[in-house]
Amino acid sequence: MAVIEVENLRYRYPQQTEPALDGISFTVEPGEFIGIIGPNRAGKSTLCQALVGLVPHFYQGSIGGRVVVAGLDVHRHPVSEVCRRVGLVFQSPFTQMSGAKFTVYDEVAFGLEHQGVPRDEMIRRIDHVLHLLGLWEVRDRNPFALSGGQMQRLAVASVLALQPQVLVLDEPTSQLDPAGTSEVFTAVTDLCRQGMTVVMAEHKVERLAERADRILVLHRGKCIAYGPPREVFSREDLPGLGVAIPPVTEACRRLGWRLPDGTYPVTVEEAVKIGGAARGGNPG
Amino acid sequence: MAEIRVEDVHFHYTPGVPVLRGISLTITPGTVAIIGQNGAGKSTFVRLLNGLLKPVRGRVLVDGVDTRTVSVATLARTVGLVFQNPSDQLFRSRVLDEVMFGPLNLKLPADQARARAREALRQVGLEGVEDKNPYDLGLAERKLVTVAGVLAMDTPVVVLDEPTIAQDRDGVRRLGEVVAWLKARGRTVITITHDMDFVARYFERVLVFQAGQVLADGTAGEIFTRPEVLKAAGLEPPQITQLGLRLGLSVPVLTVEEFVAAITGGR
Repeated sequence: MAVIEVENLRYRYPQQTEPALDGISFTVEPGEFIGIIGPNRAGKSTLCQALVGLVPHFYQGSIGGRVVVAGLDVHRHPVSEVCRRVGLVFQSPFTQMSGAKFTVYDEVAFGLEHQGVPRDEMIRRIDHVLHLLGLWEVRDRNPFALSGGQMQRLAVASVLALQPQVLVLDEPTSQLDPAGTSEVFTAVTDLCRQGMTVVMAEHKVERLAERADRILVLHRGKCIAYGPPREVFSREDLPGLGVAIPPVTEACRRLGWRLPDGTYPVTVEEAVKIGGAARGGNPG
Repeated sequence: MAEIRVEDVHFHYTPGVPVLRGISLTITPGTVAIIGQNGAGKSTFVRLLNGLLKPVRGRVLVDGVDTRTVSVATLARTVGLVFQNPSDQLFRSRVLDEVMFGPLNLKLPADQARARAREALRQVGLEGVEDKNPYDLGLAERKLVTVAGVLAMDTPVVVLDEPTIAQDRDGVRRLGEVVAWLKARGRTVITITHDMDFVARYFERVLVFQAGQVLADGTAGEIFTRPEVLKAAGLEPPQITQLGLRLGLSVPVLTVEEFVAAITGGR
């Protein structure tokens, strides 16, 4: 039973003539990790917002098709109801901060207070996510005194604390260093194993190639590919459409290094196996 | 053309919590990338270069002038800084006004300021949005507006704090072209970034920051083939460099092109 069903989703922002989303259909199974990629203005952020209902309820505009997430028809239910089951981490962490709280700890508590989570449970969850995202040491700082990377981790933490059934993240690692990026990807992969469904828009395609179950490629508001990373990144048409692919895939494509199933490697590990064999040596 | 000398610079926001702990280096025209973990002091360091922050010990000399002795407004003619968060920088309600603000403050006549602003917007690929409100643009474009705002000031030193945030493949390439263009004109370009492919492709010198100190200072080729240094700083080489190292290539490769050339060249 799919946890996300999107059927012929069409959407146009107010006062715009071109659709931002143009006939998108896909389904996601529980516990899957879906990566959304594509050039800017392809509709990645709009699709993320459509999964929690900010599109169309907050932005208005004209919408068509059907979006059902965690059992709720998003177009027929208010955001306040959808967000109890579906969490969204905004592209800009500055947008996510409530502005009503003066410490990192209280900022994480903000969403939980609104959901009426009992105090003991709140404390347990806040402590957990602050440790998970390496924010425990800065828990008493003002959110706006954090570095860009710390604030981005706080944005992720405050949504994770809500334990949504479906977690939607819009470029959650753009300001993070490689170690911080790994932390977020590891946390998200672990949560998937525990049954949470994750949808992440991200430009770091080599990370998605390693971790995501399926990749959805958007281009000018349309879904042009949806499948396992190797299958999607092996498509010949992506580079010409301005869609980034992992550097190792690009290199293997140019060298004609294919895996037995005809796809190109998308991770360093896969490329080392094929490349070592292709060079007839024993790679280190 | 400018020279920046940093002499034993220490800095803290809160006494007892050091952020920079004794940095000494000289930056001459060319391209410099600063890499390191969040909290290593990178953004703080660049704010010392244009005088927004002053060292608590040591000194920063921009063309021989101690940053403590001149105003930020004066230094802004030499060192242009693009902030990490565009919302910290944008304040006008029209893109063109925003980008003209710097040149107008340098006392340029309006028509000249407008010409510079249009040229800067063209360079970052933002033609056609001149009359929009910056806040109606997406994050990636908003960031490019701030880059244009600093380009329009035509400063000898341009500092870009995380320029590639939210940029797609073409956006990163366009920023790379801006970096190369500035370099060709003898400018100094300093960037802070977590995008190692961007560093490998467009920057000659790499500074690795860790806990308020410079852990390593060398060419991109030198730094990215020293996994132990990168690991100590919580970093990783570009993916293609990792592949080259794992396959035992005798030369370090920093880009897909170099990798393919090394393989087909039989090295």
